[in-house]
Amino acid sequence: MKGAETFFVDLARAIVNGLENMGMSALGAEIILLIIKFACIAGIVTVNIIILIWLERKISGFIQLRLGPNRLGPWGVFQTIADAIKLLTKEDIIPSQTDKIIFRTAPIVFIIISLMLYVVLPFGDGMAIVDLNLGVLYFISVGSLGTIALLMAGWGSNNKWSLLGAMRSVAQMISYEIPLVFSLLAVVMIAGSLNMSDIVNAQDKIWFVFLQPVAFITYFIAATAELNRGPFDMPEAEQELTAGAYTEYSGMRWALFFLAEYTNLFAVSALTAIMFFGGFKGPFLPSWLWLPIKAYIIMLVFFWLKWTLPRIRMDHLMAFSWKVLIPVTLANLVVTGCVLHFLK
Amino acid sequence: MLTDYATIGLFFLLAISFPLAALGLAALVRPRSYFNREKMMPYECGVDTKGKTWVRFKVNYFLYALVFLAFEVETIFLFPWAVKFNCLGLFAFIEMIIFLIILLVGLLYAWKEGALEWY
Repeated sequence: MKGAETFFVDLARAIVNGLENMGMSALGAEIILLIIKFACIAGIVTVNIIILIWLERKISGFIQLRLGPNRLGPWGVFQTIADAIKLLTKEDIIPSQTDKIIFRTAPIVFIIISLMLYVVLPFGDGMAIVDLNLGVLYFISVGSLGTIALLMAGWGSNNKWSLLGAMRSVAQMISYEIPLVFSLLAVVMIAGSLNMSDIVNAQDKIWFVFLQPVAFITYFIAATAELNRGPFDMPEAEQELTAGAYTEYSGMRWALFFLAEYTNLFAVSALTAIMFFGGFKGPFLPSWLWLPIKAYIIMLVFFWLKWTLPRIRMDHLMAFSWKVLIPVTLANLVVTGCVLHFLK
Repeated sequence: MLTDYATIGLFFLLAISFPLAALGLAALVRPRSYFNREKMMPYECGVDTKGKTWVRFKVNYFLYALVFLAFEVETIFLFPWAVKFNCLGLFAFIEMIIFLIILLVGLLYAWKEGALEWY
């Protein structure tokens, strides 16, 4: 069990040592290791989306008493691969009146931002690419940049649905940003650190979800809204805006948006696991298996919410953030402060 | 040795390669596309698009953005306080409570002025 636990850390050290023995400088070896790590992340992201889309379609099918995809392979597991090949071979359509540069760069910006989120996530004990001491702040600030990519897509498309969808998603994402940060701050106060590994280690005795139940609930609602997932999917409400900011996109560009959305979903689920459910800590299994397991369970809850709850109206959605979530999270911060101060 | 932020910068450069590789692969395998006026029009449910899209937008969104900006800046001040909360004494605690109350008053003011109404 000891070998399995440190397998990847040992492997990384072995690669660096091997490269240095071959006469490479420490810096060069580290850069090559980083490239290998990036390739792993890219692989994880790509395989993940194939599993996730299949899982979501299957689960939504079962929730709606359908079978879901079931033609390609056993239980339809090859459906997503077929879809990916289809998207790869679609022609590249850029409508004539679009702002060409912004239209082309929007999906690239979106996927880069969602990949950047993975830099600080500790996938196991000592397995973060950069164990940044400002990890949580980095994650929140980089995550909120996604707004810009969506606005670029909506504005560049020169399509009324796209613009409406982009405006809605910007309004929604900035509104839910604040309760999200406030709920995470309550956790940071207990842990006393913004470093994700430290936060995980602070949950040795008890998960923060039990110490901060209110913060967890507000965080989960805000995270659902940040991800533009149902029941907060006003920005891409199919019935009224066709696909929101993605209306004009097709082929690989559209696939990149989709990829980025699921990449974000996995990153945010992993953050939830790290902040509230003890991250990579768990019995029996090695630490690098526990984080994906927890993240997948959280993602199943996201799927469940999306396919069972009806969409929330725009004015209710905005009012809920400003008039319910923000006062509640502020009160939670004050109460946490009082309890921590007087227990000390 | 690379510092933390240098690693992030390098990772950013690597991350750029990912979408470019995907788009490049698609460019290699996709068929040539044929254009005509109808096909290149924006999709608005099959109806020809009327008027300009890039127009002045509802002011509501702007109000939310302003309130957000104020809150977001104040949130940044809360981060160092939250991290060092356990080391700080009563003074910082009371001071931050006052700060949070000012925040709350700001929210209530925006609420009263109708910046949070959707109409």
